[in-house]
Amino acid sequence: MSSSNRLGMSLVWSELWVLFRRWRTLAMLGAIALIPVFLALAVYWSSDTLAPGEGPPFLDRVSQNGLFVGYTSTILALPLFLPLTIGVVAGDTIAGEANQGTLRYLLISPAGRIRLLITKFIGAIAFVIAGTATLMIAGAIIGSILFPVGPVTLISGDVISVAESVWRMALVASYTTVSMLGLVAIGMFISTLTVVPVGAMAATVVLSGVSQILDNIPQLELIHEFLFTHYWLGFVDLLRQPIDYASFGSNALLQLAYVVIFGALAYSRFASKDILS
Amino acid sequence: MTSAENYAVWTSELTKQFGGQTAVNKINLAVPKGSVFGFLGPNGSGKTTTIRMLLGLADATDGEIELLGNKMPKQAEQALPRVGALVEGPAFYPYLSGKVNLRRLDSASKNADPKTREQRIDRALAKVGLTNAANKKVHKYSLGMKQRLGIANALLQERDLLVLDEPTNGLDPQGTREVRNLIRSLSSDGTTILVSSHLLSEIEQLCSHVAVMSAGKIVAQGSLAELQAQNQTYLKVVTPDAEKTLKALTDAGMKPKQETKHGLEIFTSEVEHGFDGDEVLRKLLKAKIKIKSFAVEQASLEDRFVDLTGEGFDVVQ
Ligand SMILES: Nc1ncnc2c1ncn2[C@@H]1O[C@H](COP(=O)(O)OP(=O)(O)OP(=O)(O)O)[C@@H](O)[C@H]1O
Ligand SMILES: [Mg+2]
Repeated sequence: MSSSNRLGMSLVWSELWVLFRRWRTLAMLGAIALIPVFLALAVYWSSDTLAPGEGPPFLDRVSQNGLFVGYTSTILALPLFLPLTIGVVAGDTIAGEANQGTLRYLLISPAGRIRLLITKFIGAIAFVIAGTATLMIAGAIIGSILFPVGPVTLISGDVISVAESVWRMALVASYTTVSMLGLVAIGMFISTLTVVPVGAMAATVVLSGVSQILDNIPQLELIHEFLFTHYWLGFVDLLRQPIDYASFGSNALLQLAYVVIFGALAYSRFASKDILS
Repeated sequence: MTSAENYAVWTSELTKQFGGQTAVNKINLAVPKGSVFGFLGPNGSGKTTTIRMLLGLADATDGEIELLGNKMPKQAEQALPRVGALVEGPAFYPYLSGKVNLRRLDSASKNADPKTREQRIDRALAKVGLTNAANKKVHKYSLGMKQRLGIANALLQERDLLVLDEPTNGLDPQGTREVRNLIRSLSSDGTTILVSSHLLSEIEQLCSHVAVMSAGKIVAQGSLAELQAQNQTYLKVVTPDAEKTLKALTDAGMKPKQETKHGLEIFTSEVEHGFDGDEVLRKLLKAKIKIKSFAVEQASLEDRFVDLTGEGFDVVQ
């Protein structure tokens, strides 16, 4: 028996293979890629230039520097579109297998319930990484085609090199990936509760919306910093000079707490669940 | 029956409740090692629920399970790699080919050697006659093809126990015969096989042991020979001479039932097990009775099954 198999890596590779070969997954990544494309085309074709500060952050900079397309697209994708695709993947993890009936065959294989849950979590995270990377890469490509590319002027007025800017893109993608971990854990927990994947997906997406609404109600300020969406837009701190890592840290801590809590809930639910589908 | 050693599957007072309903009610199932064990029962009698508990998919409400000497569900990791199963029909990823599906399910098992994976998959596909459809997407498979793929999945590794829940469901006659041959050959290699089916003639041809479930309980269990020994034996006479036959049979101490079919009288009478018909036949011939057919028959497993589980067509719970 090979050592990779003893660690259970076979199942992880298989999960990634099944996930990324699926037409639906590729379609969602394609749709994510369209966000920067549409954004760049809209800016390119609109004759009137925006006044600085008009529209979403950085939108006014896009036409001056193509490297901003990725950042601006992230801002556009964050509230709804990215959580939507992640809700689909995370909500499908267990409920999708249960609905299909393959869950019982995975378990008698035997995959092991904890191992399967962890594998599913890894698969969902891989999708998040692919999604945020798609935003950045598609943004960089379309931006460099349509607009000039050069040293980037940050909000603070500091100028960073192209290489530095690419590094910041990677940082923003990582930040966004971390931001989505809580949502993935919540989605997986909901997915263990039902055999109807669409229900789990919808509930996950609705929760991300509710959390964002609560975050915008000033009277609820006390709970704001505990909402898993609270730091989502905090990635702009990575575009300061020098980089402000504070929100990265708070965000990571908060997401970790959500992963631990909802991971434990998902585990306790799934470990004792009767598989009757 | 206190020792579980000689049994591939052994349960004690195994019970499963769904809400208020007792789907499986204190059953003591004992599947001898090396047997082909037929698991019978009407729709909804609790067969699949029992199988789910045996395989650790569902928790028992009460009772104990030993699967190949391992307590379930505690020692599932030890037991399950040695068990191949088809539970409540096959299930696959419709957007993947048959072969890729098997690859997926095989890689789920920690005990499956990746080095021999392709070889084992090809062999399993060949065993169920799916080699030519191996690369077809499963959503394009027919019902019977999916069923065959489900069986192939159970055969991916050498197993000590196969649990097959209605394996011939949806199969064509060739497929059914192949599955029967497959079960025989696996059994002769020493694999214990627990097979649930509604096709009693199948079971009769195939099984060494049987258990019959009815409304969550086991109402009969033992070797097929034992069960058949309890079956009623009948004398059956078909004749155009109704009155004379009735008299002759009554004189011989029988109480025959009479029915008319296609202008002929059919007399059936319960007789003892091992009954010798010669003497009665001689008497009938001596009385110049025309006989179309004369036979001593044993009730089929189907008759026994209906005896045990009731005539009613409606599901019980
Ligand atoms: N998930 C469930 N929730 C509630 N009741 C269930 C569930 N699954 C099965 N049951 C009940 O348990 C009983 C036994 O069902 P089971 O599927 O074990 O029957 P079976 O013997 O396999 O029948 P069949 O021959 O139709 O396959 C039935 O009355 C059924 O309604
Ligand atoms: Mg059943």
